[in-house]
Amino acid sequence: MIEALRLTVNGDTQEIGVPSHYTLLEALRYVLGYTGSKQGCDKGDCGACTVLLDGQPALSCILPVQEAIDREVTTVEGLAGPDGPHPLQDAFDLTGAAQCGFCTPGILMSAASLLQRNQSPSNHEIREALSGNLCRCTGYTKIFDAVEIAARALRENRPAAEVVRA
Amino acid sequence: MLRLHPYRYHRPKELGEALELLREHRGDSMPIAGGTDLMPNMKHGLYTPSHLVALKGVEELHVIEERDGELVIGAAETLTRVASDPLIKRRLPGLARAAEGIAHPMIRNIGTIGGNVCLDTRCTYYNQTYFWREALGFCLKKDGDVCYVVKGGSRCVAAHSADTPPMLMTLGATVDLATADGARSVPLTKFFTADGIWNTVREPDELVIRVRVPIPSPRLRTSYQKVRERKSVDFPLLGIALAVEIDDSHLIESISLVVAGLGAKPRVVGGLDKIAGGQRLTPDIIEEVARRAHRQCNPLDNLIVDTDWRHAMVAVYVRRAFEEVLGQPLAAA
Repeated sequence: MIEALRLTVNGDTQEIGVPSHYTLLEALRYVLGYTGSKQGCDKGDCGACTVLLDGQPALSCILPVQEAIDREVTTVEGLAGPDGPHPLQDAFDLTGAAQCGFCTPGILMSAASLLQRNQSPSNHEIREALSGNLCRCTGYTKIFDAVEIAARALRENRPAAEVVRA
Repeated sequence: MLRLHPYRYHRPKELGEALELLREHRGDSMPIAGGTDLMPNMKHGLYTPSHLVALKGVEELHVIEERDGELVIGAAETLTRVASDPLIKRRLPGLARAAEGIAHPMIRNIGTIGGNVCLDTRCTYYNQTYFWREALGFCLKKDGDVCYVVKGGSRCVAAHSADTPPMLMTLGATVDLATADGARSVPLTKFFTADGIWNTVREPDELVIRVRVPIPSPRLRTSYQKVRERKSVDFPLLGIALAVEIDDSHLIESISLVVAGLGAKPRVVGGLDKIAGGQRLTPDIIEEVARRAHRQCNPLDNLIVDTDWRHAMVAVYVRRAFEEVLGQPLAAA
């Protein structure tokens, strides 16, 4: 059964037709074309599909698409602003926090939500916030570094590149 | 990629409407709150209802308040909320901590307390894709008639794997249930059964509406300990909930211990009042309680760790629960 529903993704509201048994991730990737959010384990273990739902990280692969109605969905495509990449994206680039990159969109979303709530997270708080996002390449150290750098960049209101050089 | 079967997704706004939908489609419908347990299970072909009745939009299921000496928690409140709500943290810190340790942040943001109470049991031979299960041959719990855990077994022994129920049981919680025909209340200690296929007394068209927890004495100290492979993401391999009421000279007024994560039914460790009631909480008493818990538990090979090791961990984690409890200051009256 195809269901007509209205989704707001990255500030853009669209009326779409989706099979009623689609997850939010399937609607994003295969109906709307937002392929940033990744389909990893596809059953809620790995965090690669993480998007923000009204600012809170959620797993789009196990979320029925209807649960996103009347809510703000933010994917990694919506993270950068008009002036360029989000400080997190710059910090990931500068520190080598992304290797194969498959987990990166999910981790960016979890980290972005953390920095929205808390601009001075401790290392423990960063680990806790990212504890649902698996990465098989980096060993996490560079990811934690990148989040700390992005937090500083946001606090001090200067580019991540300057924070790294300092 | 794991595809879901086709279904209709109903989004009722009122409780009566939700219950009516479940009655109308009885046998071919399931309630869904967060869906963090049900959705993966559906992706594994373990449940294939044609109708899902969504509960998040039902106003009556959202409440956290103190009422008549009890803390009332609506079934659709998220685990993140249960873990962080100031009222719960003040009155039932043990419950908040148990909720805080569930899975990982994204699961807790969407998963609910009602869903955790009704969590499906888990087993190595059950939580697998259809392909995996078909390749081995289906098991007792789903699609087959053999148990791979207990050879020749005719009773499913899949493990109760939820974190909040053991804590809620030690706190004397009650669940309020409703169908389209009426409502009933069941103490949580009577809610679970030893049948791994369906381990609660809840009927398929019945909903857990709320959990009610008596406000404990300020002298009650609690601990929830769990064993899992990773400190995040994973379900418990063993869960220990302890609630001890002790006065400031460490005299035990009451003691309650629940061991979960082994069989289909969380085990209330029996006979503790006899050995501990009225006694001072000494290392000897702790050792005796740990021995008793170990003796009363009998883990099976239903999850992917060594059974003897999991059995040995019962006593270890009971001791750790006491350590945590003794490190807690007494609350002011």
